Amino acid sequence: MRHGKYRFLAGALIVPLTLYGAFVLSPYLQAFQLAFTNWNGVDSAPEFTGFDNFSKLWDDPLFLAGLRNNGLMLLVVPLAVIVLALALAAGTRGTRVYRVVYFFPQLLSVAIIAVLWQFVYTPNSGLLNGALSALGLDSWRQSWLAEPNLALWCVMAVMIWSSVGFYVVLFSAAMESVPGDIMEAAAIDGAGPMTVFRRITIPLIWESVQVGWIYLGIAALDGFALVQIMTVGPGGPDNSTEVMGLGLYRTAFTFGKFGYASAMGVAIFFLTLSIAVLLLRVTKRERVELA
Amino acid sequence: MNLTRRSALAGVAAVAASTGLAACATAGGGDDDKVKQGDTSAENPLGVSAEAALEVVIFKGGYGDQYAIDAGTSLKQKFPKVAVDHKGIQGVGEVLQPRFVADSPPDVVDNSGAGRLDLATLVSAGKLTDLTSLLDAPSLDDPSKKFRDTLMPGVIEDGTFDGKPLVLNYSSVLWGVWYSKSLFAKHGWTFPKTWDEMLTLNDEIKKAGLAPWTWQGKYPEYLNDPLVSLAAKAGGFELVKSVDNLQPGAWQSPAMLAAAEAIHQLAVRGHILPGSEGLSHTEAQNAWCKGQVAFIPCGSWLEGEQQAVTPAGFDMVMGTVPALTGSDKLPNGAVMAASSESFIVPAKAKNAPGGLEFLRHLFSQKVARGFAESAKALPVVNGATDGLSLSSGLGSVAEAVKAAGPNVFSYKFRTWYAPLSKALDDATGELATKRINPQQWAERVQKAADAVAKDSSIVKHQR
Repeated sequence: MRHGKYRFLAGALIVPLTLYGAFVLSPYLQAFQLAFTNWNGVDSAPEFTGFDNFSKLWDDPLFLAGLRNNGLMLLVVPLAVIVLALALAAGTRGTRVYRVVYFFPQLLSVAIIAVLWQFVYTPNSGLLNGALSALGLDSWRQSWLAEPNLALWCVMAVMIWSSVGFYVVLFSAAMESVPGDIMEAAAIDGAGPMTVFRRITIPLIWESVQVGWIYLGIAALDGFALVQIMTVGPGGPDNSTEVMGLGLYRTAFTFGKFGYASAMGVAIFFLTLSIAVLLLRVTKRERVELA
Repeated sequence: MNLTRRSALAGVAAVAASTGLAACATAGGGDDDKVKQGDTSAENPLGVSAEAALEVVIFKGGYGDQYAIDAGTSLKQKFPKVAVDHKGIQGVGEVLQPRFVADSPPDVVDNSGAGRLDLATLVSAGKLTDLTSLLDAPSLDDPSKKFRDTLMPGVIEDGTFDGKPLVLNYSSVLWGVWYSKSLFAKHGWTFPKTWDEMLTLNDEIKKAGLAPWTWQGKYPEYLNDPLVSLAAKAGGFELVKSVDNLQPGAWQSPAMLAAAEAIHQLAVRGHILPGSEGLSHTEAQNAWCKGQVAFIPCGSWLEGEQQAVTPAGFDMVMGTVPALTGSDKLPNGAVMAASSESFIVPAKAKNAPGGLEFLRHLFSQKVARGFAESAKALPVVNGATDGLSLSSGLGSVAEAVKAAGPNVFSYKFRTWYAPLSKALDDATGELATKRINPQQWAERVQKAADAVAKDSSIVKHQR
């Protein structure tokens, strides 16, 4: 009987595990292996070059620009999304219509979002400049994505816009599970809505917020698709919106340096992993048990 | 004995392990099943096997793939038993990269489009067949004429790497400055012959309420084309070579600096449509087609690309980039030209003679004429468009080829050194928005060129 159970488990798992091994693990392993070679993408016998690719990363201005920009995104995007999502979730308690509206961007693919926002930002017939003119703010009109000081902020605005909805729904669901009698008791004790929110709601939904930090941290280290489709260059103007993922893509597919690009991938992998672990540690709090 | 056997076993195990590890992404293959070259004759100068299968992979983009199907049909008329396996695809790189790695590529590839394989990488990895035997073979239409003599000037050179012809491009691309003939006639403007005249005319155009210039700001390379064209006209072929050969100071030479200054003047004098730096190629080109702007720099594909939105009677014309100075080294009609749709025969092709024969048919008069008609582009075959009635844009391009004669130049660094192109694009974007001046532009690009020259991981070419 026992034997049969294991046989059943093995039988059930073999297909997914094989698929996972072939299409997830093996490419990862190969990327790690290629990171130590000078593979150009078509050669059948790349040379082993040791840690050369990794030491090159430190004085590659494009990679460093990507690192800097992803760093800024990591500081801005998760915080902005979580604050906004908490505010919107708290502000729209009980009104489902808004949640559907906020969630809507989540239904669009990144490519479509990028194309739509490119039309919003485009200088001469764009929605944003049009709106500014309609408000009589003609002097505020900009070539949004073509200004080195603004372009990255424009990209981040899109990232925030497109992810807020998901977290509104996540946080709303968590808030609904907070028992009403605790809130009521707090209110009777004279706590204002802000105090209730800060002292009761937030601690009770902290696990959802923690998940948010980690997901958003990982997302902030990416940004490839938006930058690739929306920005000047792409990655411009003058590398002001360069992200690590774009650098990797360009290094592999435009410059034909697949070994070096794999090294970038490995570096990004460990960076993302460390940041996820760090966020997990930093945001750790005592879990509140509800009876 | 025992020891040797054990070490031999260990050796076998190690080889097995390493090949296992190297499997997938970088595993190579043998070439035992190659089709040998058969006997050559006047009828069959390349020694094609009459029965071997032929696999052809064509990029099916803006030009379609009808012309390649036609070439296959033409080949089959001569060799009825050859099975031509034609594949018209997009994303050539993604599909073919693993096959090049595994050394089992198709017999002919049109390596073009956004997802193409990096040509310089294929060349330096020795993945391409030398096309000399094809070039020296008699042409299909006139056996007394060698194949190489049926091609337009510069085409063979375009595909030659370190003295070896490895690539043949099919479509001829010229770069110039485009305008609408009807718009210019309405205002009584004529296309300028020198850059000074260009700037004067721009002031006049501005007074008429139009923006003189726009450019495809999202992709700054579009503005590089007039810039390096101006430099080539002033500095001659020597300058073009010195740039491609990464000579120190080439980007800071007087001709190059003067060309950067010329483009900078467009921005300084307010001759560029505001916001152009943020426009995609479609947005900029549509603004031009709507008559909001007089000039736009572009390659000769513009007419085909804008077909759907060009108003009737717009009559677009490509003018060659004006002379930069009064003492230019190249005469006025000189034009930057290159060819695209890169056809290659992989070195490890199973049926390389068949691949070469396919190209002989592809570059024949009949197939080339069909290409001009169906793709609205200029094939690189001499005389292929003679007697065809060409549209306004394509007609102007064909005339520019004739007017230029031997004064056709092309830069190689874009194909050879992608990192340098990237740095140049960035710098030109900044130049056109006045965030840097011509000196800073030259300094930046020269620095990038020097970095490429120093980088031992980039294979260098000479011309």
